[in-house]
Amino acid sequence: MVVNCEEVWREVSNYLDGEVDPTLRVVIDEHIRGCKRCTAVLDGTRNVIQLYGDERMLEVPLGYSQRLHRRLDQSMPGNRRSFLGWMVAAAAACLVFGTIEVARSFSGPELRSEHAQLGTGVPPNMMVVVAEDGKLFHLAACTLIHEKNHNKLRTVTAAEASREGYTPCVRCLKKYLEHA
Amino acid sequence: MLIRRVRDGEHELFYDLIRPYERRVYAAALAILRNETDAEDVAQEAILKAFKHIRQFRAEARFSTWLIQITVNEARMRRRKAHANIMEPIADRQDEEGNYTPRDFADWREIPSETLERNEIRQKLAEALAGLGQIYREVFVLRDMQQLSIEETAKALGISTASVKTRLLRARLMLRDLLAPGLGGAWSMTGKLSFVKGTKPW
Repeated sequence: MVVNCEEVWREVSNYLDGEVDPTLRVVIDEHIRGCKRCTAVLDGTRNVIQLYGDERMLEVPLGYSQRLHRRLDQSMPGNRRSFLGWMVAAAAACLVFGTIEVARSFSGPELRSEHAQLGTGVPPNMMVVVAEDGKLFHLAACTLIHEKNHNKLRTVTAAEASREGYTPCVRCLKKYLEHA
Repeated sequence: MLIRRVRDGEHELFYDLIRPYERRVYAAALAILRNETDAEDVAQEAILKAFKHIRQFRAEARFSTWLIQITVNEARMRRRKAHANIMEPIADRQDEEGNYTPRDFADWREIPSETLERNEIRQKLAEALAGLGQIYREVFVLRDMQQLSIEETAKALGISTASVKTRLLRARLMLRDLLAPGLGGAWSMTGKLSFVKGTKPW
């Protein structure tokens, strides 16, 4: 049994998936050994599968998971997770608030902007985004972040951001500031 | 089993259940919609729908396949609404009958995995994928990126296994044709990328 190039190309996919019968496989192997074009097609197709199968090709936008979980929180019956989350957040807030107050009694946090206000209403364990050269911290979905350099973005908790001197963005974190 | 506990009312465990699949759901939606904002919105909708209908999940299927199937349906619905009055690109109407003949025979033997560390390479791969016709892209993403089996891909897309195989062969060969000249050497670690946007060898 002999196969030509066209027949090999027709079976390349099945060959790589291990779905050709053993007899045909042997014949294809024999053909490929003596055919540069089919070798190139086979190697290239294998590379395509390998490259696209890499986890790094499944990139998601920054903050995707947090936004998804937030939406799920809103849909949970009785908002149980949200309630638990808020309980934890409240406990953490007390702890962070106390720590900040103690720290402030020695030396207040150095704000990155002298006009900025500290955002005490923002839940301290909420994940926020900061830019290395920025002064504010944002929610991941905030449109103002996108104007900045993405390479210098970091995700931290609001408490950490505050400790580093960042202050809340008045656009995306407005509701927390109004309650503060 | 996690699914049973979620069904029995431990709803907060749903977060653990879907965590391994969050990225895959997004990728499946993006493969169909080719728009990041729409893909994220559909991914959220699909996961919410899975939560609401978790009781309908039958254990004979894999949870991931079920979830991807919901995502594909949601994305297709979104696409239909958005494109109701827009003609499909020619590539989407390609006849899948007949043989596909490779156009490029560049020797492309080995690709170091570090290649993917480079943003521009990932970008080129994403562009090449986005350039495939819809029917080929869907199959390729589910089978080769999401690692679904031929049967699971067929089930998720509502097509026969024979169609999956035909489309998969074409998708792989088309991508190879498109990428081989660049990854065969022109996109060397220091070289300039030679890929020309919009050029399709098929």
